[in-house]
Amino acid sequence: MATEIINNNKRKSTGFDVNKIRADFPILKEIIHGKPLCYLDNAATTQKPQSVIDTIVKYYTSQNANIHRGVHYLSELATKEFEDARTKVKDFINASSEKEIIFTRGTTESINLVANVFNKAILKDEDEIIISAMEHHSNIVPWQLIQDQKKIKLRIIPIGDNGEIIFDEFIKLINEKTKLISIVYVSNSLGTINPVERIIEEAHRHNIPVLLDAAQAIQHIKIDVQKLDCDFLAFSGHKIYGPTGIGVLYGKEKLLDSLPPFLGGGDMISKVTFEKTTYNELPYKFEAGTSNIADTIGLGTAIDYVSQIGLENISLHENEILDYATESLLQIPELRIIGQAKHKSSVISFVFDNIHPHDAGTFLDFEGIAIRTGHHCTQPVMDRFNIPATSRASFAMYNTKEEVDVLVKGIKKLIEVFN
Amino acid sequence: MDAELKELYQQVILDHNKNPRNFRKIENANHFAEGYNPLCGDRLNIYVELEDGRIKDISFQGSGCAISKASASLMSSIVKGLPVEEAEKLFEKFHAVITGKITDEENIEELGKLAVFAGVKEFPSRVKCASLAWHTMVAAFKQEDKSVSTE
Repeated sequence: MATEIINNNKRKSTGFDVNKIRADFPILKEIIHGKPLCYLDNAATTQKPQSVIDTIVKYYTSQNANIHRGVHYLSELATKEFEDARTKVKDFINASSEKEIIFTRGTTESINLVANVFNKAILKDEDEIIISAMEHHSNIVPWQLIQDQKKIKLRIIPIGDNGEIIFDEFIKLINEKTKLISIVYVSNSLGTINPVERIIEEAHRHNIPVLLDAAQAIQHIKIDVQKLDCDFLAFSGHKIYGPTGIGVLYGKEKLLDSLPPFLGGGDMISKVTFEKTTYNELPYKFEAGTSNIADTIGLGTAIDYVSQIGLENISLHENEILDYATESLLQIPELRIIGQAKHKSSVISFVFDNIHPHDAGTFLDFEGIAIRTGHHCTQPVMDRFNIPATSRASFAMYNTKEEVDVLVKGIKKLIEVFN
Repeated sequence: MDAELKELYQQVILDHNKNPRNFRKIENANHFAEGYNPLCGDRLNIYVELEDGRIKDISFQGSGCAISKASASLMSSIVKGLPVEEAEKLFEKFHAVITGKITDEENIEELGKLAVFAGVKEFPSRVKCASLAWHTMVAAFKQEDKSVSTE
């Protein structure tokens, strides 16, 4: 059984020096409760390389000004840095134009933006939105908020015991009332990589647009939005080694053009009179108010950092760690892995028969190990597997096999004390 | 184990976690409440049999961490036989200790066996684990039949 859930990717990463990478992340030198930090909570947020930290310091030290419309030197400099970050994002996901890159506060705001403008312009009573049973609350609640105003239906793609969506059931959910398919690319609690290419192909056969929640995919998988042909893509900067408070909504230009603005205010207008306001062009139409300038520029630096190492190298390394961790954890008889999809990202959720995840989390913390415990904002997933919570270890480019050994040793100690 | 961690997971707590007392359903309970901690998804059912304002019998069922399970177990053993008002007063004191509002030894000792939870005050995220059973018991006294949340 062990081999079944281990990723097939057996290629070794080349020219990838994990120690060199670790040296770029100052926080990894921290000592926690007298032990070296073993940071395995990367699905919650990733740590930041020195270059990202330096970018933010540099911005506030010598570049800070409000962007757009300023005629002075600093404003022009800040505007250039800000718009350069947009170009970096565009290139990173291979969007066809900067107009398709909208900066938001994060994945959650990106999804809320789409839900909001879809509600205004497209959705009518009895319309349906398809999501999956493994969505983060941020791709459930925005749609339920619409249900307070309109009689729209949420249709849920079920998942099997291995943590994969049941594709045949997805096909059955599509009908003439389906207005959008909004689905997670990689599950934050199960690690499942969803077959998004097939989902998009099937959706487009029925002319239904697809929104991908890529919060857990952007840092692991090379995404080409044109090749994928997704209609929207949402992600957060802080999951890809960038700052918190900055995220992206990608949308196809034609689609974005046809949709009304989300928030109203400065920057998103073309001309304002008390009688009538015309809206700015893309992407500014969707960026009301002063943007999070420093963190946007910081995100640009994070993308530079990831691009320089190469997402392919990163995912090869992470898959090695995932395979090693899966093999190691499966040796512990008291532990059960939740989420055994064939295609998995570097996330492992696990439970014990007699030890609650919160006790595991507190205990391991004193070994210097940071893991996440709880429902991971996916309560329907917990209900599906009939568990209140899980412990979750999630790996990033700077994690090592030695850290997996520290985790395994910590878990064995935990079992000794609690069983 | 680290000293601070040992303070949280005292042997008594680990014992009650492994072998919880009064972990059953009272068939003829006249008071009942369901406790819920949205932070961790834990659920706890408290069954109480009240007679003339006294706790004749009390029990619990549900899933939870060692702290919440041991807290429910110890609580049920200690309040059994007490008048409702006394149990409620005990909760007030217990709550003050686990939130660090009472720190003097003498006051903590008055809690008797419950004093083992004093270490919880160093772990703010676990205060709700220790207090869930108590909140739920107080709700059961009032015979609120809806789910109780620690939020």
